[in-house]
Amino acid sequence: MATPQLRRLGPSPAMAWVFLAPALLLLAAWMVYPIVYSIFRSFHDASGNTFVGLENYGAIFSDSATLTTIRNNIIWVVVAPLMVTVLGLIFAVLTERIRWATAFKLVLFMPMAVSLLAAGVIFRLVYEQDPDKGVANAIITTVQGVFSGDQGYPGARPRENDAAPAVLRGGAVVTKQQAQPGTPVLIPLVGLSPDAVAGFAAARPPAAGPGLSGTIWIDTVRGGGGTVNQIDTQERGLAGVTVEAVEGDTVRATTQTEADGSFRFDELTSGSYGLRLPESNFTAAFGGLTWLGPTLITPAIIGAYIWVWAGFAMVLIAAGLSAIPRDALEAARIDGATEWQVFRKITVPLLSPVLLVVFVTMIINVLKVFDLVFIIAPGSVQPQANVVALEMWRVSFGGGGNQGLGSALAIFLLLLVLPFMAFNIRRFRRDER
Amino acid sequence: MRKPAILLIAALAVTACGGGGEATSPSAPAGSAPAAKPLAGVKVEIAAKWTGDEQANFEKVITAFEAKTGADVIYASTGEDTGAYLGPRIEGGTPPDVAVLPQPGLVQQYADQNALKPLSANVQKQIDDNYTPYWKELGSANGQVYGVLVKAAHKSMIWYRTAAFEDAGAAEATTWDDLIGKTAQTLADAGTPPFSLCGASGWTLTDLFENVYLSSAGPENYDKLAKHEIPWTDPSVTTALTKMAQIFGKPDFVLGGASGALQTDFPTCVTQVYGEKKAAMVIEADFVASSATQSGAVIGEDAKIMPFPTVGDTAPVVLGGDVAVALKDTPGAMALLEFMASKEGGEIWAKTPGYLSPNRNVSPDNYPSELTKQLAQTIISAGESVRYDMSDLAPSAFGGTDGKGEWKHLQDFLRDPADIKGTQEKLEADAAKSYKE
Repeated sequence: MATPQLRRLGPSPAMAWVFLAPALLLLAAWMVYPIVYSIFRSFHDASGNTFVGLENYGAIFSDSATLTTIRNNIIWVVVAPLMVTVLGLIFAVLTERIRWATAFKLVLFMPMAVSLLAAGVIFRLVYEQDPDKGVANAIITTVQGVFSGDQGYPGARPRENDAAPAVLRGGAVVTKQQAQPGTPVLIPLVGLSPDAVAGFAAARPPAAGPGLSGTIWIDTVRGGGGTVNQIDTQERGLAGVTVEAVEGDTVRATTQTEADGSFRFDELTSGSYGLRLPESNFTAAFGGLTWLGPTLITPAIIGAYIWVWAGFAMVLIAAGLSAIPRDALEAARIDGATEWQVFRKITVPLLSPVLLVVFVTMIINVLKVFDLVFIIAPGSVQPQANVVALEMWRVSFGGGGNQGLGSALAIFLLLLVLPFMAFNIRRFRRDER
Repeated sequence: MRKPAILLIAALAVTACGGGGEATSPSAPAGSAPAAKPLAGVKVEIAAKWTGDEQANFEKVITAFEAKTGADVIYASTGEDTGAYLGPRIEGGTPPDVAVLPQPGLVQQYADQNALKPLSANVQKQIDDNYTPYWKELGSANGQVYGVLVKAAHKSMIWYRTAAFEDAGAAEATTWDDLIGKTAQTLADAGTPPFSLCGASGWTLTDLFENVYLSSAGPENYDKLAKHEIPWTDPSVTTALTKMAQIFGKPDFVLGGASGALQTDFPTCVTQVYGEKKAAMVIEADFVASSATQSGAVIGEDAKIMPFPTVGDTAPVVLGGDVAVALKDTPGAMALLEFMASKEGGEIWAKTPGYLSPNRNVSPDNYPSELTKQLAQTIISAGESVRYDMSDLAPSAFGGTDGKGEWKHLQDFLRDPADIKGTQEKLEADAAKSYKE
């Protein structure tokens, strides 16, 4: 190691500097100067004229919106790199065993060929609330729909005024007055569109006869009009509605409406009852998850990120995997190790340098995540989805116009990234030795 | 494979040249100008963000100006970000003669940079003749008149789907109480969610607030709140938010409920009304027309408007719009501004589609569509109480940034309409911060 100092081969060091100069110049102009200027700028206020010391850094940790971005970054760093590395490892190990491995890898690697912006647009659609548009909710509602069919009349409810004979109580519709057999009970409902009830049978009062009876129907007519709380000729009955006759808190009898909306409790010939249409008549079909709402937004975006980067991790790990000495694996198998033991005790330890590089690279990558959050989160949940890099841009250029605070955020981000960069560089050095 | 590629490139090159040719407007036949034209041969450059149809319509005004004065007007498109285009040109000392700014806030900003030239007496006379004093003040900075509002966007209306109204038997409302108690309730009873809110686009919520506030609190309070002379914790704000909560707080009234509305941006909310036919009304400005047309609705038949109902004593008319300023003190620049501010120039412009004039002397008869006539009439009858979009007058950190200030807090309010007091306090805290800066 020490001998080259004494006798040098090749051109002089001066020559090396000449060749390095353009690169150094560009690095200085595009890396060193901006960093130094950002530090300088971060000590000044929005206008850039007044020195404010560490005030901008104080603002980062006192503003609740910025603290949310830091919290989100922590979630990202904890979850995303680990998931990407683990998924990459699983894919890499599994694709080693299958035919058509190249095709499989190609498909998994494909998202890397898409720009993050385009990936963001794709996932904005995937996460749409409406199952007709969003794939995620389409899958969830389809699976859910297999187990529970969509029955009943979501949206139907009594009118909201004093004259209405029924009211909504805890999701169920209940009559205000007690009902007696012999006097048909009219329970008018509204809230279904004329198109939705167009195919239903015309509503009719119950036929004369013994027992407590009544009619449940949609009390609106296309184009308005009709007598409120009375059955008009064009109005439609609701079939199959469950009706309970209640005395006090106990259900005395249960029945269902006919096609014309009429119902009858044959067994109740005397007494006085309250009528209740339980909530199950009106529950809306499960509409899927609100992916783009305040609670799920960060996990949703991390999902998109994993979709993009898992393929990349897989390719790197697969390359590392092919460099593992086969004889070690063979030896273990001959000694009777199970595949799981081989994976745990041989493959993973031998792969650990590669896994670490992937993991640390992902951490650096995740810390500066920007585009996916910017595109996927709708304006109304951006405060909840916000991350440091996006906040930096928004504060500086996105209407905030405070480049002092923006620079402080940039420097903060740099400080977060630096340890991982240093770690990666030291690792590379050790590998070279 | 190779030949079609070359042909394609050639075709692209040809269209590119064609496009470039159009961008710089055709020069007037200077040679044929009679001696009576005072500005024969004078070059005037005007920069604005208009492209496509808007640019073509404006060029009709330019052509009329050129024919009248003999000047040679060059139109330059600034793109969406006017500030990014003008900034370097002002720094470089070669600004266009005239620029059209999309926000009055920029008038103050450029005036502070000494980039604007005061308007000549002739232009000011046109402003005095044709505009109410409010607009003159809006184009002024530091006591000096710099700008004139040349193009308006009308923000005080509710668009509705005629078929939904007919099916439900609902009617237009003239007061807020009727809108909530009759129109919206009738629609909801008939199974159509009355409102499609564009909650993901915060500015649509500020527009709604401005209309409700202008109508319930009156123009004087509106001006004070716009300048932050009264705090957002003022009782007048409480009233306005309480009114808005009458919509926000009823899940039956909002398509998809608050959570759905908060994921719906503009113009998706328009598509939900006219394309998917899921809701009946959308509360936004005249420019809804283009999105409604794209959804297949015929304006005036399938898609109609009602003036924003009165919440209090004032019939609200909130305008947005573009302010023209002079960046060079040249006779050409002043003559062009004078022409744009005049009845004559305004009426030429008014005959083109999609234009609405804030000039009170431009007769509504000039507008090609019934809709625009109706809108122009509301501006004229509102007279002195017409106001400019408040959030565009506020510092942009408060009134114009996604996820911050007014946009964020009104979105949070849509999420939790019960928390009126908390909303006001958060609005006031952010307003205090950004108005101070």
